[in-house]
Amino acid sequence: MNLLDHDALEEIALGATVLGTGGGGDPTLGKLMAQQAVARHGPVQLLPLDQVPDDGWIIPTAMMGAPTVLVEKIPSGTEVLDAFKMLERRLQCRAVATVSAEAGGVNSMIPMVVAATLGLPLVDADGMGRAFPEIQMVTPTLHGVSATPMAIADEKGNQVLLETPDNFWTERLARAVTIQMGCSACIALYAMQGATAKKALVPSTISLAREIGHTLLTCREQKRDPIAALTALLHGRQLCEGKITDVRRRTERGFARGELDIIGTGQDAGTPYKISFQNENLVFWRDGQPEVTVPDLITIVDEQTGLPITTEALKYGLRVIVLGIPCHPQWRTPGGLALAGPRYFGYEIEYIPLGNDE
Amino acid sequence: MASPATPEKVSDVFRLGIDVGGTNTDAVILDAADQVVASAKSPTTADVTTGIVNALQAVLTASQLPSTAIRYAMLGTTHCTNAIVTRRGLSSVGVIRLGAPATRAVEPLITWPADLRQMVCPQAFILHGGHEYNGEPLATLDPREIRAAAQQLKGRVRAVAVTGVFSPVNSEHELRARDILQEELGDDMPVSLSGEIGSVSLLERENATVLNAALIAVARTAIEGFEQAIRQLHIPATLFLGQNDGSLMSVDYALRYPIFTIASGPANSIRGAAYLSQLRDAIVIDIGGTTTDIGILQKGFPRESALAVEIGGVRTNFRMPDLVSIGLGGGSRVHQTDEIRVGPDSVGYRLTEEAKVFGGQQLTATDLAVATGRIQLGDPGQVQALPKRVVEAGLAYISRSLEDNIDRMKLSANPVPVVAVGGGSILFPEQLRGVSMIIRPPHYEVANAIGVAIAQVSGTIDRVFALDTMSRAQALAEAERLARGRACVAGADAASVELLDLEEIPLAYLPGNAVRIKAKAAGTLKL
Repeated sequence: MNLLDHDALEEIALGATVLGTGGGGDPTLGKLMAQQAVARHGPVQLLPLDQVPDDGWIIPTAMMGAPTVLVEKIPSGTEVLDAFKMLERRLQCRAVATVSAEAGGVNSMIPMVVAATLGLPLVDADGMGRAFPEIQMVTPTLHGVSATPMAIADEKGNQVLLETPDNFWTERLARAVTIQMGCSACIALYAMQGATAKKALVPSTISLAREIGHTLLTCREQKRDPIAALTALLHGRQLCEGKITDVRRRTERGFARGELDIIGTGQDAGTPYKISFQNENLVFWRDGQPEVTVPDLITIVDEQTGLPITTEALKYGLRVIVLGIPCHPQWRTPGGLALAGPRYFGYEIEYIPLGNDE
Repeated sequence: MASPATPEKVSDVFRLGIDVGGTNTDAVILDAADQVVASAKSPTTADVTTGIVNALQAVLTASQLPSTAIRYAMLGTTHCTNAIVTRRGLSSVGVIRLGAPATRAVEPLITWPADLRQMVCPQAFILHGGHEYNGEPLATLDPREIRAAAQQLKGRVRAVAVTGVFSPVNSEHELRARDILQEELGDDMPVSLSGEIGSVSLLERENATVLNAALIAVARTAIEGFEQAIRQLHIPATLFLGQNDGSLMSVDYALRYPIFTIASGPANSIRGAAYLSQLRDAIVIDIGGTTTDIGILQKGFPRESALAVEIGGVRTNFRMPDLVSIGLGGGSRVHQTDEIRVGPDSVGYRLTEEAKVFGGQQLTATDLAVATGRIQLGDPGQVQALPKRVVEAGLAYISRSLEDNIDRMKLSANPVPVVAVGGGSILFPEQLRGVSMIIRPPHYEVANAIGVAIAQVSGTIDRVFALDTMSRAQALAEAERLARGRACVAGADAASVELLDLEEIPLAYLPGNAVRIKAKAAGTLKL
């Protein structure tokens, strides 16, 4: 049985930052919540997706809102349980497990609190294989899974149940409720049975996050090259090596948007690169041409340590390596690209599938 | 080491600046026109205070001034940093968080090293209270809960730290909690409020507030020791302390916010470099015996770090100067392996015994500088036989290391002026890539003590303003008013206070009705 203890959470949080591609919220606070829950209730059992019973219900849990608020108004730890149980009542079921909707960033950790506290397994999967900013941007949407009924709960005891005609309405109404709750709330949504989950979720992403974290920490300990190890593990490739020469930021509609310039060093000496970001890194440009785009993953790591660098921490002078990681094949379908391709984010460019060969 | 005094005329008012560094305690005496009358260096001692007294006596002797001429004494000290790092002298603190039922998912101080937590915190409470991001109450403050907590803490703690959710937006609950705690525990019970210390991010601000409360007794002992020393020498000076934004605070203020003395040394260096070079924007490099601190002078003051800073294993988010420290100094050992490297290990204060030019066996960075003839020190004959290749490769290593770190600290690719200060700045090359000019001002070796002696008094504010009830312009005006008020509380002459910085930081992922504003005001000492 695969048990996640205090140290495993440390590794997963680090791996989740790599999968967060600059956004998704810093997993640190979520990790501390999960570690406190594990200290009190014992480790979390990680359940492989293919072992979920076909008729068993699984309920994904997450936090929604501003990470800035999350780190100040830390949850009580019960609101996420409230949301989870509210959905169980609505569906008249006892869920067999919870799961992460988003393995990148802080939402890799929130379901751990549910799993540890309620003594339920956590399914080794998620709904993205990365991080995305909006509720409907999950692979279950591609399989016709409804986000609703959706439960939203806050630390004050407020609980709201949403029923909406589609997942775009869910996003709109849930966002409004979250703001009223103080810009940070916990949610349970996309409840589904095992048979659906096996098709609709991205498998093995929690163990992947753990492997990423473990690889980075081991490389640091043994002074090995973390970049080669990471690209091999993620079937990705190094897009460039260079120095950040400019970061331009602006806040639009609650998103930290901007671009950063990188000038190549080493084997890429002199080549200009650019990355466009909206919380997450979305487009990687080489010499003015788009080379890698969302939904493939673009992650910036420290040149020496391989540790991921979040959008907030980007600044002039950092020596970085940019990694391209192929997204899950579900995102490469016409439906997947309509939901989370470059055009959805406002870039008038075609998706260019990232290969793992040079 | 002391330089003789050459005062042109004895003016009425002289100022004493003392800066305690890791290796040396430096002292200067300035006249009314801010000119250096005398300077002295004395080794820093384990108890800090002895080293201060030694430097004080040396500089007073060198100045040939009557002790009664010294009217102001400015002290930049490491007492507080040392107390945290060595875990000595810290007070036990009652930790109260106002946020229940929120925040229970992560208990206070769970990220602290266990030894420090056990020493500092006998008991922590999460009580009802705190605010939302827009300043509305999160939960009703319950005075009975606070009184009950106070009764449990009575006799067990020497200070209390109160941290309310979103207190940087609304301080009401923290202020009420302080009143209630002092009713129960006495008016003399120090109560540190988080909204006065750190910014948004509850755990880091709580950590900083608890450390602040734990340091109050340390600061009191240090200040009393120094006051006693100046009385013994018949110096009738009023005492001020250097804080880590390069400004001064009064003794009363320092006793409430001792944490702001942490990293005041590098901040003093940056201010001293600004004064000596007459620049307001530059990179300041302070090279000591073991380490080099690289900081940024921005509009005349040290640039603040935007990231959380760890102190003694504790993550905090109170303002700290943005610095990089590298293991490079006058005493750095030169390693002659297949590739020549300098540092990060150092002979430190044993330089005058172990370096080749002083007859020792260890090749140091100082020896390389002497070998080039760039400086005269010790016996240059000892390094004449040194292969040119070693000298050049060693100095190239130092240049590369400086260039690399300067580039990391810059905000853009444009070349910047660099001011080199500190005893080890003899190592500084004549030119560097990415640098427009290199200035090594007179008195560079005591720039830190000069920096604290000439410092202004400042007030800063870093808060989130909810724009539900006020406009952006009103929020900016309010931030300015608060910063000016804090400067006056810290000891500034109200008429001289100027607004130095007003910065608006949009909050990502939040709807547009809240804004974080940082403001800084400073003025001259109220004499």
